[in-house]
Amino acid sequence: MKKRYLTQKVGFSLLVIAALVVVLPILLVIGIIVARGIGAIDWTYLTTMPLEGMKEGGIFPAILGTLLLTLGTAVAAIPVGVGGAIYLSEYARDTVLTRAIRLAIINLAGIPSVVYGLFGLGLFVLFLNFGTSILAGSLTLAIMTMPIIISSAEEALRAVPTEFRTVSASLGGSRWQGIRHIVLPQALPGIITGVILGLLRAAGETAPILFTVAAFYLPRLPRSIFDQTMALPYHLYVISTQVPGMPVQMQYGTALVLLIFVLSLNIFASVIRSYYRRKREW
Amino acid sequence: MNPPDKTQRNWSTFFIEALIRLLGFSSIGFVLLIFLFLLQEGIPAFFQVPLGNLLSELWYPTFDLYGILPLLLGSLLITLTAILIAVPLSVGTAVLVREAAPPWVREVLKPMIEALAGIPSVVLGFLGMTLVAPIVQKLGAPTGLTAFTGALILAYMSMPTIISVAEDALDTVPKSYRDAGLSMGATKWQTIWRVVVPAARSGIVTAVMLGLGRAIGETMAVMMVTGNAARMPLSLDSLFRPARTMTATIAAEMGEVAHGSIHYHMLFGIGLILFTLTFIINLIAASTIFKKRKKGGLR
Repeated sequence: MKKRYLTQKVGFSLLVIAALVVVLPILLVIGIIVARGIGAIDWTYLTTMPLEGMKEGGIFPAILGTLLLTLGTAVAAIPVGVGGAIYLSEYARDTVLTRAIRLAIINLAGIPSVVYGLFGLGLFVLFLNFGTSILAGSLTLAIMTMPIIISSAEEALRAVPTEFRTVSASLGGSRWQGIRHIVLPQALPGIITGVILGLLRAAGETAPILFTVAAFYLPRLPRSIFDQTMALPYHLYVISTQVPGMPVQMQYGTALVLLIFVLSLNIFASVIRSYYRRKREW
Repeated sequence: MNPPDKTQRNWSTFFIEALIRLLGFSSIGFVLLIFLFLLQEGIPAFFQVPLGNLLSELWYPTFDLYGILPLLLGSLLITLTAILIAVPLSVGTAVLVREAAPPWVREVLKPMIEALAGIPSVVLGFLGMTLVAPIVQKLGAPTGLTAFTGALILAYMSMPTIISVAEDALDTVPKSYRDAGLSMGATKWQTIWRVVVPAARSGIVTAVMLGLGRAIGETMAVMMVTGNAARMPLSLDSLFRPARTMTATIAAEMGEVAHGSIHYHMLFGIGLILFTLTFIINLIAASTIFKKRKKGGLR
């Protein structure tokens, strides 16, 4: 009798230790980035061009580049992703073809980011002749983001009760009217959450933009979508591996800016989700 | 309502619904497109480079030596080590928050694990270089940038995936299983270990497969912390020496090759291998998901 409870105690302790080993480094790592990076960040750092081979000055072109790429990704990925989700949730029946679509989505989500980079290079940069450009980079990131948006948007659409569709149809609405005026507005908060989660992943990626858009150092801002740009993740890679004698504080500063950008989007997404979950009436 | 307006609306509805159908099928189109591009650019490499060269132990593109074995084995060594580290910790955490601990524990841990999932890989690579590598070196490795350092970082990167899928798997085990276990006089621990976890087995396998797929495709962090030496990881101490993965090779070399050269096609060829590997891994993961659906949950 006693031995069983001893085993239970030991077992539960092991689980707690496992969870601590998972979680403590996360806290430690975020804490260290904040502590070491906060000193580098001031208004000048955020709003001026890099100087002296990036060892001085700011990171403004990298911040702007990441914003532009995220925006470009959003413009390309949201219509396709949400459209795909509407098809899967509202139109598709359980056929072999639908299963093939689901399989394709699972596989798209699993393709390594660097392979997306290769694909973007082959299709957008070389074959379609966009060159290394914001357009090529955004489209590459958009295809990578699509499976995340489709899965979460489909989940949000499916969560809307069937009665909403039935009532809409019983009042003489067409299927599309029901989707457009009833289902889509109800699912919107969930869709927005999914879109943000997809976009923040795109914003932090380096491998897909390596050969499609990222510039090592560009002493001016991009002028059009056919221009190269610097970007925060690639900039962090460059200053931590390619620039000898880079001040450590500036490396942590860039890491912190990227982390704040990504984690604040993350928190924003959770806030939307929990706010509307409490507010909705079904 | 006047008729012209109505036909116009029908037309636009027809157009929108056709567009939605098209977008629905776009995922298949993209997977095919990616596969075809990799084939077109990668296959020439396997014809231009003799088989003996491809299967040699040397990757020195400047001397036309394209042995992919050190890269393949490097990827496998680092990925499998990462999974060995990540699985017990992730499954333990999932069991703790779903089965053993009060709900507030989950409320505290969940956002942290989501934060980990959100940290960009380049940031983790940077931390691996500046924080983890010196520690590994102090443990006695000749350098801090080793396969083990990479595996450690990769383990943490795959944890959010494994934890959340394993949690879902545990969640699908019906409450009656737990009640039955407890009513037979088993302790809570015995019920978890002998009843609940075995019942969630196939979901946990899916979790591990998805984590594996995530780990083998990871690029930036691995490139920054593993030292990137393309050598065969066959000796016992390989784990504590520099290694190089397929992903890092593509990322590091693609920027410098001439488009259309053998080296260029070779890198696409490695991309094709990676695509095939992750495709198979995800297929296995997906087949357990589909099986589960068919049976209507794990019951």
